[in-house]
This record gives sequence, C-alpha cells and structure tokens, in this order.
Amino acid sequence: MESLDLRTISVRELNQYLHKELPGKDIGKVEIFNPDGAHNIAAGMDCPVEISIQGHGGYYVGGMNKHADITVHGNVGWGVAENMMSGSVRVKGFASESAGASGHGGTLIIEGDASLRCGISMKGIDIVVGGNIGNFSGFMAQAGRMVVCGDAGDGLGDSLYEAVIYVRGKVKSLGADAREEPMTEADYVAVKELLGRAGFSHDPKEFKRIASAKTLYNWNADADQEY
Amino acid sequence: MCGIVGLLIKNPKLRPQLGQLMLPMLIGMTERGPDSAGLAVYTAPVAANERKFSLFTIEEDFNWQKLGHDFQAHLGSAVTVLQQANHAILTTHLEPATVKVWLKEHYPRLHLLSVGQLMDIYKDTGTPAQVAARYGFAGLQGSHVVGHTRMATESAVTPAHAHPFTAGEDWCLVHNGSLSNPNSIRRMLQHQGIAFETDNDTEAACRFLEWRMREGDDLHTALQRGFEELDGFFTLLMGTKDQLALVRDPFACKPAIVAEHDDYVAIASEFRSLAHLPDVKNARLFEPMPEELYIWKV
Repeated sequence: MESLDLRTISVRELNQYLHKELPGKDIGKVEIFNPDGAHNIAAGMDCPVEISIQGHGGYYVGGMNKHADITVHGNVGWGVAENMMSGSVRVKGFASESAGASGHGGTLIIEGDASLRCGISMKGIDIVVGGNIGNFSGFMAQAGRMVVCGDAGDGLGDSLYEAVIYVRGKVKSLGADAREEPMTEADYVAVKELLGRAGFSHDPKEFKRIASAKTLYNWNADADQEY
Repeated sequence: MCGIVGLLIKNPKLRPQLGQLMLPMLIGMTERGPDSAGLAVYTAPVAANERKFSLFTIEEDFNWQKLGHDFQAHLGSAVTVLQQANHAILTTHLEPATVKVWLKEHYPRLHLLSVGQLMDIYKDTGTPAQVAARYGFAGLQGSHVVGHTRMATESAVTPAHAHPFTAGEDWCLVHNGSLSNPNSIRRMLQHQGIAFETDNDTEAACRFLEWRMREGDDLHTALQRGFEELDGFFTLLMGTKDQLALVRDPFACKPAIVAEHDDYVAIASEFRSLAHLPDVKNARLFEPMPEELYIWKV
C-alpha cells in the first residue's frame, strides 16, 4: 500500500504518480490524506487499483475514471466521477452538483445526499444514492440506471432518453417527457442488484420506475409551440 | 467566476482572531477570483452618536492628515482618521449627509465605500493575498466578516468594481454569478432617484435590495422580490450589523457550502476555503438549498 499526503505533494504530482508510475507496479491500494477540498483528485485513472481518499474532496474527484475503485471518506464537490468509463467511485458523505455527469460506465455510489443535476446526461453509468437528489437530476440522461433511496427534487428526468431512474421516496415533480411506469420483474432484479452493489438493504418493491414517455423523440409540427 | 467567504464568530473569545481565521478562507478562493478582493468586517460599534466612513483613494501619496485638518477647520468638529495604505476610516459624530456633502465638495476624487457604526469595507485590485497584505486583513478583529474574490466577467477590474457593495448603513453584499437584467433594474431604480457609482451588475442587485428594505420590506420579503426581479445566476452573501444571510438562485448555478460549529459559522464557495478552520471535522457541513434564505445571528 502507498500513502500520499496532499499537504506535502501537489494534486498534479499525485495524479502524475497515479497515471505514470503506479501502473504495472504491484500496489493494490493507494491512500490519499488531507484532500482538503482540492480539485481533480485521482482524475483520469487508467489502471485497476483501490484508492482511498481520507477526507473531503473538491471538484471532479475520480473524473474520467477507468478501472480504479475509489472511495472518498468524506464529501465531494461538483462533478464527482464525471465522464466515468468503468470501475467505481463511492462517496461516504454527500456529493455536490452534477454527480456522475456524462458517465459512460462503472458505478457511482453516494451514501449521503446528492445535490442538483445528479446524473445529468449520463450515458451508461450506474448511480446509487443513499439519500435524496436535488432538482433537475437525470436531465437528458441517455443510458444507464440511477437508484435513489430518498426523495427527488423538481424536474426529475427532464428530456430523458433511454436511462431509467428508480426512486424510493417522493418525487417533487417530473421534468418534461418523464413519466412513472409500472415496475417489471426485470426492474426489481435490476434494483436489487444495484442496491446490493451499494450495500443498501431496502426492498426493491418500495421503488418506482421513472422513464421517458418518448414524446420528444420526434419533432411534432402540430404541437403549437407547446414545448 | 468569483469566490465568496463569510465567517461569523459565535465564541466571543475568538473575535480577536477573526482576521487570522478568515485569511486562509479568502486566499483559498484565489483560483475563483484572482483579479480583486475585498471584505466587510463588523467590529465593536463606535459611540451611539458617531459614524465610521470607509474611504478609498487611488492616489498613493494622498495626504490623509491634511484631510483630517481640513475637516476640523471647515466643519469645526473633531474627527479621527485611521489610515491603512490607500484606505482610511474616518470617525465623526457629524450627520452622514453633512459629511458626504463636504467630502464631495472638497475631496471629489475620494471614494466613499461605506457608512456605519460597525462595518468597515476594504476592497482593491490584486490577488487576495496582495490585497490582504496591503490592508492588514490578518489583524482584523470583530464578530463577523463578508469577503469576496473577483474574476470579472461583465465589467471593468477597478477597486470600485470589486466587492463588497453597500447601500445603507452597516449593510453589504457580495455576489458570485452574473445577472442578465442589471441595466433594466438600474434604469428602474434611477427613476426612483437612486444613484449608481459603477456599471457593475452586483451594484444593481445591492441597490435593489436596499431600496426594498428602505421601503419597508424585511430582508426575507426583499429577497422574495429579488427572486422575481433579478434574472441570472447568483449566490449572494449579505452582512448586517448582527447577521450573515445567504441565498442561491433557483437553479443553484453557483456553489456554496456551510460549516456550522459551536464556535463559528463559516460559509464559502467551496470546501477548500473551510478545510483549515479549527476543528472543522466536527462542524456540520451542508450545501444551502436553492431559493432558500439562510440567516445566522451573532
């Protein structure tokens, strides 16, 4: 195991080590101390390794992650795991805005709340949130699944494509073209598997399914400017 | 982009350290605002019949002593002038209206930053560290402080365009974001006889809220009207003689995080400005919700 302290090295030095020196070495785990809200910690990972961040991260923690399993023992700022490709990011505290934005793959787990625009434009990532999510979450989400164990704010799933959102609590309001649909057996299986991955023990039967009504897929010239 | 910081000391024993505690917060926001910095500090009040005037000049060799002498000679009233670099605090028991007229007549190039009984305002161009060193921010004492680091996006980089902005006594505002309708708000207020000092969008918001409160709205009602009238992005942090108040626009386009501790309440755009506060590990950290008013009392 390797220990690195962001009070003695810069984020740039940390990330250069993680990108250039770490791959190929037989190091299974890297611990990062004193993150103190710095941006871009462990962004751009491209090798399988366990990374443990001891404290609160800033913006873009684990952004563009590929292969690595990153755990933040604290909160994170905007854009955690944005554009993640594979691997996982787990936040033990809360996540600020745009968590998992544009994520293509992998699993993002937020044990606390996620703020506004969680999963915006997600493209295949799986997101599991233990608490609530803020307004405008899942905006233009294209693929992947988001499981919310708490409540969702205003405008959930506005302009959804093929991504599916499962919510256990209340939805304050749905966005344009988002609708509640009946849960199928496949949905229960999916929610159970995702909750298991996150380590949450809720009953999948408590969740509802939000998906696209697909009325915005094609331009409707007769809509009288209703959009 | 800009950075905002606020610190309210709950434990009176820490008030002499206000500047020391706040300084790393302000410098922590350098990347968000490297071109100007400023703050409003709330100190112990002057005597009930006195007012403090925060003054700024761009002239490096301005003769503040002469201003004090002229003031006494012309107005026949005692005055203290406490200089710090390009800035001075003038304390007098004369009416603010009298002082303002006198300043305008005799020292038209001086910039009057604020009037009040507790609040001093310092603001200038430069990095937060440079501005802090110039005006001795580390030594500031008091109950609460509202700070700002600026990255200008909509108007010029000058000391007058730096934040905080103020209107009315002991009231100030800093802003992270940008308004899209400051000119129509400015025109509307100018019709009410309200004068502007800059073309800065934040000044429009500041004078709008001050106008509403002067018309009888409390802060809550004034901000509700602000949500109706102000179009754009904003996290606003306001200071009054005994409060800090925070709001974010309905879309929460600009960040904010709060640390509530037994000894203090600290507010910043990002956690990296809170990371070095004493015992912050045991503070309650949370992100303020959009369109909600948060108020902390001294």
